[in-house]
Amino acid sequence: MTYHILSYMEEAVRKYPDRIALSDAHFRMTYREMWNYVTSFGGFLCSKLKQTRCAVAVCLRHDVYDVLSFFSIAYSGNFYVPVDLSLPGERVKQMLAAACPLAVLVRDGDDIPRGAAEVIPVPAEIPSSAVSDDTSPWKGGKDTDPLYLIFTSGSTGVPKGVLVSHRSVVDMVEAFHTVFSFRENAVFGNQAPFDFDVSVKDIYLSLKVGGRLEILEKKLFSFPKLLIERLNEREVDTVIWAVPALKIMAELDAFSTDHPRHLRDIMFSGEVMPPKALAYWREKLPHARYVNLYGPTEITCNCTYYVVSGETPDSLPIGTAFPNCSVFLLCGDSPAQDGETGEICVTGSCLALGYYREPQLTDAAFVRNPLVRGYTELMYRTGDMGRMQDGLIYYMGRADTQIKHMGHRIELAEIELCANSIEGVDVSACVYDSEERRICLFYKGEADRGSVLRYLRGRLPKYMIPGAVERCAAFPVTRTGKIDRKALLAAFLAKARGKN
Amino acid sequence: MIEKIYEILEECCPDVDFRTEKNLVDDGLLESLDIVMIVNELAEEFDVRIGVEDILPENFNSAEAMTALVVRLQGEE
Repeated sequence: MTYHILSYMEEAVRKYPDRIALSDAHFRMTYREMWNYVTSFGGFLCSKLKQTRCAVAVCLRHDVYDVLSFFSIAYSGNFYVPVDLSLPGERVKQMLAAACPLAVLVRDGDDIPRGAAEVIPVPAEIPSSAVSDDTSPWKGGKDTDPLYLIFTSGSTGVPKGVLVSHRSVVDMVEAFHTVFSFRENAVFGNQAPFDFDVSVKDIYLSLKVGGRLEILEKKLFSFPKLLIERLNEREVDTVIWAVPALKIMAELDAFSTDHPRHLRDIMFSGEVMPPKALAYWREKLPHARYVNLYGPTEITCNCTYYVVSGETPDSLPIGTAFPNCSVFLLCGDSPAQDGETGEICVTGSCLALGYYREPQLTDAAFVRNPLVRGYTELMYRTGDMGRMQDGLIYYMGRADTQIKHMGHRIELAEIELCANSIEGVDVSACVYDSEERRICLFYKGEADRGSVLRYLRGRLPKYMIPGAVERCAAFPVTRTGKIDRKALLAAFLAKARGKN
Repeated sequence: MIEKIYEILEECCPDVDFRTEKNLVDDGLLESLDIVMIVNELAEEFDVRIGVEDILPENFNSAEAMTALVVRLQGEE
C-alpha cells in the first residue's frame, strides 16, 4: 500500500538503482545517489528539528537540490514550503509569516528576511552510502499528513497557503498513471517553477515510473533553439507545461527549422489554451498526444482532462473527471442542468487539507456536499464556472474577479488592496483587458503613475504588475453604486484608440 | 536606430534601464514574454524577420546587440 510519496522512491531505488533520477543543466544523479542523499540529509533534519508535521521552507534555485530538499523534508516527517527569493521582499515576508516555518533551507548567497526560523544550509555533496532509515519518522506517518504548502493569490491582499497531503499526491499520481500509462522510464521535462503546483506532477510522476526529471531552466523558454537542443539532447518525451510556455513557442515560430524529436506526451494547464497555438503544435508535432488539464491547487493539480483528437476545436473542453474524483456543477445547492452554467465543484481524495492557519477561509471553500445528506462528504467549491455538454465539461470563466494571467491565478482584489495602501491613492480598481491580455489599474488620488508602479513592483510578483496604470478624476458607478469596471475599461480603451 | 530601439524597449519594460544594462538576458531582466514582445516589435518597426536561429541570448543582452542584429537582418534582405 502506498501512503507516502517516499514509498515510490523506495521502490524505484530497489528496482533501478543506477538509473538517472534527476538532472539539470549542471548535475545528474542516480536513484541510489538520490536515496543516499535523502536518507542522510533527511536524517540530519530529523535530529535537528525534533518535530514532525511542521513547515520547512526551501529557497528555490530551480535545480536538483530543490527537489532533494523537498524529499529530505518529507523524510523527516515534515512538509516543505517552496519560496522564490526573486519575488519582492515584502511578498517573501508575508509568505514566511503565513507558513511560520521551523527552519529555512538555504544556499550560499541566499538573503532571507531575518526572522525566527532556523537557517540550515543545503549540503552539496552526495554521501557514498545510505543511512539506515528504520527509525525514520516517515515510516510512522500516515497518508493524511501534509507534504507541501504552496501559495496562491488571495483576495484579502495576502497570499493563501494551500496545504496538500501525501494522500492527495498519491491519488493524483495513481489517477494520472491509470489514465495515461506513462512509459516506464519516461523523461519529464520540467518547466514550471517549484512554487507552482504544475511542477508537482513532474516530480512525483517521474518517481512513480522510475523515470527521470529533467529540470529545464527558465532562460531556455526565451530561446527556442536552445530549448529544442536541450530537449533532444536529453531525450525528453513528456512535458506537462503551463499554457504560456507552449504559447511562446508558437508565437516565435519555434519549430521552423528544428523540432523536439522525442516528445510523445504534451500536457498543458494553467489557463485556457488558445486554439491557434495548439494548432501550431499539432501541425509541427502531429504524432504526440495532447492533453488539456484543468484544476486549481486546492484539488492537487488537476481534476479533469481532455485528450485532443480530430480537428483542433475553437473551444477546448476541460473534459471529464480523473478516476477516484467527482467533478460536478452546482447552481446554488442544486445540480446544474445539461447545458446550464454552474460552479465547478470537486470531491475526493484530491482535496487539499485546507488553507494553512486560515480556518475561516478553509471553511468557506471546503464545504459539505449539499447533494449528500446522509453523511459528511467534503466538497471544494472552485469559484470557476462550467457547462456540461455531451458529457464533457467546458470552462466558462470565473464567478468573481479572479483571473488567469501568464499562467498564474490572480485575485484582482489583491492588486487593488496593495494599490490602496499607497500614500496618494484614494481608491483603485483593477480590470483585466482580455483582448490585450493585460491588467489595467485605475486610481483616484495625487500619486503619480511612476510612483504607483514602483510601489507595486516592490511588493507584488512580476506577473501581477499592471500593464497599464491610469489616474482618473472620477470613477463611473453602476446603478447599485459600485465602481463600474466595464465602463472604466471601455473609456480607457476608447481613449487609447483615439491616440493611435 | 538605437534611439528607436530604446523607445521600443522602454515601452515593453518601463522599469529596466536599457542604457546602462548590458547583460539583460543573463541577469534575468528580460523574461520569455518580454522577448516575444521585443521580437514582434522589432520585426514590425524595422520590417525584418527574426527567426529562431537569431533569437539567442547574445543578440538580446543589450540594446547595442539588438541594433546589430536588426542591421544585419536588414542587410540580408
